[in-house]
Amino acid sequence: MAEAKIKPMTINFGPQHPAAHGVLRLVMEMDGEVVERIDPHIGLLHRGTEKLIEYKTYLQAMPYFDRLDYVAPMVQEHAYVLAVEKLLGLDVPKRGQYIRVLFDEISRVLNHLLNVPAYAMDVGALTPMLWCFEQREYLMEFYERASGARLHAAYYRPGGVHQDLPAGLIDDIMKWADQFPKIIDDLSSLLDENRIFKQRLVDIGVVTAEQAIDWGFTGPMLRSSGVPWDLRKSQPYDAYAEMDFDIPIGKNGDCYDRYLVRMEELRQSLRIIRQCCEKMPSGPHVSRDFKVTPPPRGEMKRSMEALIHHFKLYTEGFHVPPGETYTAVEAPKGEFGVYLVSDGTNRPYRCKIRAPGFSHLQAIEFCSKGHMLADSVAILGSMDIVFGEIDR
Amino acid sequence: MSEALRELGNAIKAAHPGDVDEVDVRLGELMLVVKSAGIVRVLRHLRDDPSCLFKMLVDICGVDYPERAERFDVVYNLLSLKHNRRVRVKVRTNETEPVPSVVSLFNAANWYERETWDLYGVAFDDHPDLRRLLTDYGFDGHPLRKDFPLTGHVEVRYDEEQKRVVYDKVKLQQDFRSFDFLSPWEGMTRQLPGDEKAKQ
Repeated sequence: MAEAKIKPMTINFGPQHPAAHGVLRLVMEMDGEVVERIDPHIGLLHRGTEKLIEYKTYLQAMPYFDRLDYVAPMVQEHAYVLAVEKLLGLDVPKRGQYIRVLFDEISRVLNHLLNVPAYAMDVGALTPMLWCFEQREYLMEFYERASGARLHAAYYRPGGVHQDLPAGLIDDIMKWADQFPKIIDDLSSLLDENRIFKQRLVDIGVVTAEQAIDWGFTGPMLRSSGVPWDLRKSQPYDAYAEMDFDIPIGKNGDCYDRYLVRMEELRQSLRIIRQCCEKMPSGPHVSRDFKVTPPPRGEMKRSMEALIHHFKLYTEGFHVPPGETYTAVEAPKGEFGVYLVSDGTNRPYRCKIRAPGFSHLQAIEFCSKGHMLADSVAILGSMDIVFGEIDR
Repeated sequence: MSEALRELGNAIKAAHPGDVDEVDVRLGELMLVVKSAGIVRVLRHLRDDPSCLFKMLVDICGVDYPERAERFDVVYNLLSLKHNRRVRVKVRTNETEPVPSVVSLFNAANWYERETWDLYGVAFDDHPDLRRLLTDYGFDGHPLRKDFPLTGHVEVRYDEEQKRVVYDKVKLQQDFRSFDFLSPWEGMTRQLPGDEKAKQ
């Protein structure tokens, strides 16, 4: 029998593909069903955020950060306000710090509650998506009660947060936290030892610790390769130094470990949320430096000074002394950094946004080479890709 | 913390006296300004030297200062997991001078250099695949340069007659307004007719 010769085939994956988690286009060169080369085409969601920020005042630039990784909006705001605070040399009152940490962790749970079931759906399980979206809805309700918006919160401010928590919110978050461990356990019991789930994930897309560092992996992608690195522990910001929590790490650096790390992070986030609620200090939620934060409404009716502050703040904005900083936070997907250059005016001169997913996605070819086409979908799911932050 | 960083910066400068131009510690962050030709040498030192071990390249980005002769800064942000430190390395260049690529040192540099090329037009020598990354297919210009207008040059729309998406020159209903907030209370410095009489 004559030997059949298989021609290498080029497949166009996306940009509209349910497993691409957004608008990703992959040009794949296949040898049969094995991936030889992947050329990702990104930028289909490029909105020029960095350029727009250069034309806005520091306060107007803040809401753009919600629109980057729109699955966990408040963590991005946190990186930006920390950068501005660093340039201003501004202190944040304790209550403001606790509220920010509380909502950072709620955002982390929000993120993992989307990633884990979407990932499960990529490899064939539909149920977790339905369970997790119910929980996400509760959490977005907390977002709404604090900030007024379910998704694009625009809640953090240089100096603290925009407004204090409404009465009863802490109690309701505690009530939610009491029922949530059962949801995590249900998810685990459905997925952890699931035969199909493990067949699809174990030993797929293995990345060693050295490779992960070389490719600039951060967050669960780095930790699943066995590197104990988390900015919340190693370079703690705001109230994280006062929190008691553990950093889960993986052993094998494969897709299954990344799933397990995210599941454990859900539990650890829940611990931090509980501690924040229990220890929530009283006092102001935002700095009383009225050159940067607006004066209380009541004062504005009586004090000329307060009226001037308010007017100047919402027309001209505040000026930031010249300087530059790279400030990073541990976003649910990894290290989210803001490189902010100020020239002393009321607008950022340059604001570079370092998104964790950008580094992860560029390694897709390296991770998928030699795997089957269907495995590259599992690898893509394990990277936790959101195009808002990659394309900016 | 700042003292230790300054010492580290001086040690790096001592190891590469011809390549490192400036060492600065501000807001607790170490910054080096490096000559373009020496960037690969310095980054290799930063990656491999036991006192540095900046093994992770976190970010590369450009900054545009159009009034300077070497108008672009290329900024490398590195992170050492071992020493829990960050360093920022800057290289200055202009539109025509390429910067040596560091993809041979860090795989992570690949897309960051492509992005810098795309958005600023800074070329990188020996880059394996220097194509545009974020902008549209067939895009013209480098959008993050300060002289590139915020509105861009073209806009897209669907053409009913040709049954496809076409590019048009951008049309604004209202001119783009950029307010000058810098010194509203300082008063006018411009001379109006008749001003000279007031001084007499």
